[in-house]
This record gives sequence, C-alpha cells and structure tokens, in this order.
Amino acid sequence: MKPLTRNQMAWRAAQDVEDGTVVNLGIGIPVLVSDYLPEGRDVFFQSENGVIGVGPAATPEQEDPDLVDAGSRRITLRPGATIVDSVASFAMIRGGHIDVTILGAFEVASNGDLANWDMRIPNKGPLVGGAMDLAVGAKAVRVIMEHNTRKGEPRLLDACRLPVTALECVKRIYTDIAVIDVEATGFVVREIVEGLSPDELRARTEAELSIPQDVGVLRAPDLG
Amino acid sequence: MAIDKRVASAAEALDGIEDGATVLISGFGGAGFPNIMIRALRDRDLKGLTLVVNSATHPFSYTHELIEAGQVQKVICSAARGRGKEPSPFEKLWMDGKIELECLPQGTFAERIRAGGAGIPAFYTPVGFGTDLAAGKEVRRFGDVDCVLETAITGDLALIRGDVADRYGNVIFRHAQANFGPAMATAARITVAEVRETQAEPIAPERVQLSGVYVNRAVAVGDAR
Repeated sequence: MKPLTRNQMAWRAAQDVEDGTVVNLGIGIPVLVSDYLPEGRDVFFQSENGVIGVGPAATPEQEDPDLVDAGSRRITLRPGATIVDSVASFAMIRGGHIDVTILGAFEVASNGDLANWDMRIPNKGPLVGGAMDLAVGAKAVRVIMEHNTRKGEPRLLDACRLPVTALECVKRIYTDIAVIDVEATGFVVREIVEGLSPDELRARTEAELSIPQDVGVLRAPDLG
Repeated sequence: MAIDKRVASAAEALDGIEDGATVLISGFGGAGFPNIMIRALRDRDLKGLTLVVNSATHPFSYTHELIEAGQVQKVICSAARGRGKEPSPFEKLWMDGKIELECLPQGTFAERIRAGGAGIPAFYTPVGFGTDLAAGKEVRRFGDVDCVLETAITGDLALIRGDVADRYGNVIFRHAQANFGPAMATAARITVAEVRETQAEPIAPERVQLSGVYVNRAVAVGDAR
C-alpha cells in the first residue's frame, strides 16, 4: 500500500473541480490543486483578500508586492480577473457565491463538523482568517488532509476534539488513503488506495465508515 | 476655501490623535500596509491604543512595532499567530496578560467595520455559530439558520495605503492594496491615506475607488513601504 503524496492528494481533488466554477483554495495542500486542473476546465480561483482569478505564482521578474494571495504568495492574474476590497470579497464568500472551497483540516466529524483553525498549540496566538467564513458560506466544502496524525491518531472522528470551525459543513474528504463523502448517515467511502483493505481503513478511522461493495480504487499519477 | 487634503508629513497627518485612540490599520499579505504612517504613530508614543488590524503578527507590517513598544492595550484581528516557533511580540504580551485580544472571523471583522461606517449598529451572521469565537455572543435563529449577533466597529483613526490620492482625498489603489482600506476609511473619525503620490488635479471620477468623502488627510510617501 502506497499512500498518496501531498501533490497526489491535490491532483485527486482537482479531478472533481467542475468546469466554469468559482473555487477558493485554502493554504497548504489545497493551493496545489490549481496546478492539477484537468485540461479544458475554465475555473476562477478566488482569494479572500479580494482577488478573483488567481493565476500561477509570479516568477521573480513578475513579482509585485501589491499582488498577493491569501497565503501572502506573490501571484499573477488570469484573463478576466478582478480585484475587489475585503468587504466585497467576504460578501462573495458569505453570500454563497463561491461554488467550492477546498480546505485543509485537523479533524472532521461524521456529521460534517470541521476543525481546521485552532490546534491549541501552547504559546501561539489564534489564527482564524477566513476559515469560518468559507466553511459557512461556500456552496460546497471539501477537505484535503492526511488520514491520520503524525502520531497515527485518527482525524475522522465521531465528534471533533479540537475547537470547531463550523458545524455540519464538510461534504467530501480527500485523504492520503481514501476519498470519503459525508452523507446524512455519516461517512461513506468512495475510493480506497490500492492495496489497503476496508478493514485496514476502518482500523485507521475512529468514526464508523460505510463502505459500499463497489467502492472505487484511489489512484493518482506519479507526480515526482 | 478650496479643499486640499494633502498634508506635508506623516507626523502632521496624526494631528489630534491622542492616548486611548482606536486605530484601524489596513493591509493584507504585504499589500496595502500603511507602514510609513504606522512608524509615525509609533513615534508619537501614545498609550492605551486599540488596534483594529487583520493580522497582529504579519512580518511585513510595522504593526508589531507599536505592540512591542507597549503602546497597545487591545487588538481586534483575525490572525494573531506568529510564523516562527518563537512567540511574536504580540504573543509574548498576550501570554503575559498585558494585551487584550478579540479574534474574529475575517469576514465578520470586515463586515463589522463596514457596519460601523454605514450606520448599522449590529447585524446577525451564521459565521462563527457554535464555535469558541461566538462564546458569550447573543444568538438567534432565522428560519433554519442559527446566527450570532455582531456589533459595529468604529474608530478614531484609520490608516490606509493607496497608490494615488488627489487634493480632494479621492484614492485609487494598486492591485490588492485596497483590502480593508475602503471599509476602514468609512468607519473612522479621521482617515489618513498614505499613498505613493498625491496630485492637485482630480482623479477621473470613474477611476476613483475610495471617495474623498471618507478621507481627511493624504500623505505622499513615494515608493517607501
């Protein structure tokens, strides 16, 4: 069994980004999704600081300190891009005008509760940014995260242990070993990485998993 | 007398700002930080300031210099975590109980400022409901949506950064410089626009991104940032 790399997780999430949508990508693995959009999908990436139509990262020659994304990366713009102020940007987010947000997470509960803003790190201040606004306001919330913590603890839980970002908001989770939907009944597994059995997946998950007979195989190309 | 909001120096632009002021400071991710004005405010050596600023710890903003100098009593922000393992100036004071913190979802932060500038005393939003950030706040259900009551933010001074201002205080921004600036300008008693350059001739009306109605003083600082 070979778990997906960070890039492969982003690739897998990118396959589900629909043509013609407006998408907000969280910092960390989610921003990598824009590198792996399948050919022919015309998508506007929105950044919370007011950029609609984020293009590729700027080359050293293109860098402009006034043109940045939510992660303070210096960026370029795609054709058709617009830039608005923070009030308009968050009205777009909170008003339901973002089709999909793909976020990182620490924990997701089987009812869709999301914990992705406060790891309770000692001696560090809080940082919520736009996480709560996106989790509540986007039409669909998808999460990319490792299936387990570095210590092997589960992240797909009966109830979040860390402070929640928003309640009952997550619809789909891409981990390094599975793709899982959040349904009214709880977690339903759609794909499992090659070479991992349903029982092995269950052993690495706290919450109950529904695994259909025809569950798919999670595969991604070698991305180096 | 013909209106001219251009002032000669950053220090002059802070005339009348006193101890205990609430100061709104724009900027996001390196764009739109009014750093020359923040330094001028630090040099004024005021006490007991409340800062309304998206990040209390962004390394490119000089906000941390005000905090480090002990001039700040409270910060209202959406981000208060330094990047490194070592605590930032804000985090040190916060852990020692020497500075008060109100952390808000960024959209609530922006909207509370907008409300402050638009004469709206409070509003309901579903954002934050059921989280630690809504603790102690009034809640109400509209249809099947649980919401949190959030109150307006206003201030004594807004420091914003733009590209060009004309004598009437009309401002245009470069790229993502605007961020919180336009909203903050509406919510403060005195707004200072730090810009690359000021001009006597008016900016073409359709190009103005922030009306001079909201800008009291404009300071040209060139490419310094």
